[in-house]
Amino acid sequence: MSSDAAKADRIRELMATEGDAVAENTRGFNEGRYESTSRLDDYEELKGEARSIKEDAIARLPELIEEVKETVEANGGTVYVADDADDANRYITELTAEERDADRLVKSKSMTSEEIEVNEALEAEGVDVVETDLGEWVLQVADEAPSHIVAPAIHKSREGIAELFEERFDPEDPPETAEELTMFARERLGELIEDADVGMTGANFIAADSGTMMLVTSEGNARKTVTATDTHVAVAGVEKIVPSAEEFAPFVELIGRSGTGQDVTSYISTLTPPVDSPVPDFEDDDEPLADGSGDDRDFHLVLIDNGRLAMREDEELKETLYCIRCSACSNSCGNFQSVGGHAFGGETYSGGIATGWEAGIEGLDTAAEFNDLCTGCSRCVPACPVEIDIPWINTVVRDRINRGEADPGQTDWMFEELVPDEEPAGLDLGTRIVGNYETLAKWGSRTAPIANRLADVGPLRALGERVAGIDRRRDLPDFASQSLVDWFEARGGAAVSPENASREAVLYPDTATNYVDVDRGKAAVRALEAMDVHVRVPDLPGSGRPPLSQGMVSTAAAKAEDVYAGLATHVDAGRDVVVIEPSDLGMFRREYEKFLPEASHERLADASYDVMEYLFGLLENGGDPAGLRAPTAGTGPVASGTRVAYHPHCQARTIGVGEHATAVMERLGYDVRTSDTECCGMAGSFGYKHDYYELSMDVGEPIREQFGDTDRTVVAAGTSCTEQIDALLGDAPMHPVQLVAPRE
Amino acid sequence: MSLADRSTFKRRLDDLGVTVSEGPESACRDLIAEAAGDPAVGVSDAPLPDRVETAPTTADLRAAHTGVTDAELGVAEYGSVAIEADAAGTEPVSLFVDRHVVVLRERDLVPDMPDAFDWLGPKTREGSVDVVFATGPSATADMGGLVHGAHGPKEVHVVLLREDGETEDGGPAGTEGGDRDE
Repeated sequence: MSSDAAKADRIRELMATEGDAVAENTRGFNEGRYESTSRLDDYEELKGEARSIKEDAIARLPELIEEVKETVEANGGTVYVADDADDANRYITELTAEERDADRLVKSKSMTSEEIEVNEALEAEGVDVVETDLGEWVLQVADEAPSHIVAPAIHKSREGIAELFEERFDPEDPPETAEELTMFARERLGELIEDADVGMTGANFIAADSGTMMLVTSEGNARKTVTATDTHVAVAGVEKIVPSAEEFAPFVELIGRSGTGQDVTSYISTLTPPVDSPVPDFEDDDEPLADGSGDDRDFHLVLIDNGRLAMREDEELKETLYCIRCSACSNSCGNFQSVGGHAFGGETYSGGIATGWEAGIEGLDTAAEFNDLCTGCSRCVPACPVEIDIPWINTVVRDRINRGEADPGQTDWMFEELVPDEEPAGLDLGTRIVGNYETLAKWGSRTAPIANRLADVGPLRALGERVAGIDRRRDLPDFASQSLVDWFEARGGAAVSPENASREAVLYPDTATNYVDVDRGKAAVRALEAMDVHVRVPDLPGSGRPPLSQGMVSTAAAKAEDVYAGLATHVDAGRDVVVIEPSDLGMFRREYEKFLPEASHERLADASYDVMEYLFGLLENGGDPAGLRAPTAGTGPVASGTRVAYHPHCQARTIGVGEHATAVMERLGYDVRTSDTECCGMAGSFGYKHDYYELSMDVGEPIREQFGDTDRTVVAAGTSCTEQIDALLGDAPMHPVQLVAPRE
Repeated sequence: MSLADRSTFKRRLDDLGVTVSEGPESACRDLIAEAAGDPAVGVSDAPLPDRVETAPTTADLRAAHTGVTDAELGVAEYGSVAIEADAAGTEPVSLFVDRHVVVLRERDLVPDMPDAFDWLGPKTREGSVDVVFATGPSATADMGGLVHGAHGPKEVHVVLLREDGETEDGGPAGTEGGDRDE
């Protein structure tokens, strides 16, 4: 079995065994995030503040590391900067096993300690390691790995934990309810903590100017771990340092809200260790608690480099170091909600940002194992409290994987001659086919209907599945024999002359609209002209979205330059750019920032509009809604009248244009019910891939649950959403502009 | 502290399931006596009822149902109280018990989290300071449902003290604005 097939099987298995528990928990966290952050008046400002604190701290990192060494040592602690995991483990085991002769070390939850695998190193030296976070402890008992960076055992059900405890501990009165299971664990762990010699914690933030560290917890185990033991070892990545404790504030407000949807976690410990608390003597417990034993405490801060300082020098991976491990990118991710961190993760980290961490710490090979689970839907972008462009990191890493794995001996020279991409020979064929979708669509349109007939032939689909990985259960796009550009020219161009127009606009003929779904392009022209807009539909290149989704960064960058060249004179002439396909508008507004000079990107981004956003703007500025189609005028496809079900496109939501369609439809009198599913699961080409077909359908499942038996007219703006909803509901939705445009 | 902060603080505590009792400093002992279960240990500058062991041994701490401590600060917008992990044992007394009774003076209430860290920042630079911002009881959702008392206290009670001579609406007694409907 190929490694890809094995991966596909593993994903199917995880969906069956862990998918339900992961979905319930992550979707709950995600809803909590929306609710909790909506209670913050200054959410966006706080994110901006958090971002600049991290940017500044990482820029000054070497200096801050030196400062921390000085302040922690002045406080009476010790700092060790470990180059890598082995170095850290050597220091920690020498300290605990040799110097302290410790029998037991108790730990609070720390992903960095998972990263260096310190438990294994300590156990090899005969130290009993006990995880005291209840979720981590469950996994330690079950000998499993975390499936989520904040809630490590979300893949386990209450019943599963009850069975595990019964099997392992054989208690007289087996605990069953969440309360009983918690009290069972509290009691057992309480005893283990009392007898421990060393306490290990992580650190969420460290203030350079005081050596104060912040720990974000809810159970109280970190507090007990520190208080009950006289030796405190804190393990933290070097990127956790900020200049001072004042800078903790925005993170305190953001971290719980962004992750599990708590306004703040139960305990925010701000410790300047060694701490002053007396060490309770549980063996000789008749002595007064306040016996001055706090003075004998010992503190070691182990700062971990393990690739981080190199990431800091890597312009693309550097942003990863701003990550505060809140888990928002996991919880907001459609694929993660379906499979969890056991599939969508590497050696230690999981979720969207894991690609950056694993590429920087473990290397590209580890990142390559799960990187393609990021579909670029971008729903993590507004969720990230430090504004990391997580899809971009995934794209860059994909590009490096593409280039690194390219085998020059492979003989796809023929394809190399035919496709106009900028990528090296040897690139995986499926990747390349999707990345060159524009070229395929152009051929398809020219040779339709032969191409369409051939595309549906069974043996050819089987071949497509085997060679290019395109699942044969998916309908392939039906190419139109007349493109939108040709149709517009054939009809004689604009129906509203510039003299009689309220505005002038260029309707961008995106690849899908131009060659496949020409009807929505025609509807957009009618809607714009009904609002007195002078419309042009020039022949323009594709936006570069398909190659970008495959990590073909150079090809996408070349497209960006071509598109800008084709639009610049229009923009300079004061024409607006109206876009039907949200994923292409997303390119103009977001990704082109990476490809174009700043001024060019801003000019194009400012001049570009989603077609529904544009109609909304025209209506807001006094445009006459009578030109558009109200529900009463609807027959045929709008037979169900005023009731509409609308799925906003993922990338449209990220750039803030998901709701304009709702506003326009409501303005016209439609009753709109909106889907709250982050992404339909198709996400461009992702759902076409044979390995991910089931996963893609599972991600879209909430849409089927919400709209499956609706009598509402279903509308969706994205081409891939249209394909996916067709597959889920058995009926293809139309673009909202087709609903509101006047009939032909 | 403004009146708005006090009402925000109380509303947040209520959301968190934290009970509150209020009164002047002189009523402190009675308010603690009402809130504390048995046996109780305490480390506080406030006058404590006799039944609260104020010089507890580790054995007393282990046996205690209730721990009484002071809070250095309250954060109105979050319903958080700042506990200082000092040499007297405030941290273990607030942590290794089922019920934490925390005494907070109204004058130590600040509006929001940035105020709390503006208070904390200079203290961290002046000397070794260890502060835990506690918000509601200890909690976990790791066992298939939300449970209070994962490792720390299952219940929290705040005794909110105003200075003697100050009225409930915040003004000093006997002055203009102080003699409203107390």
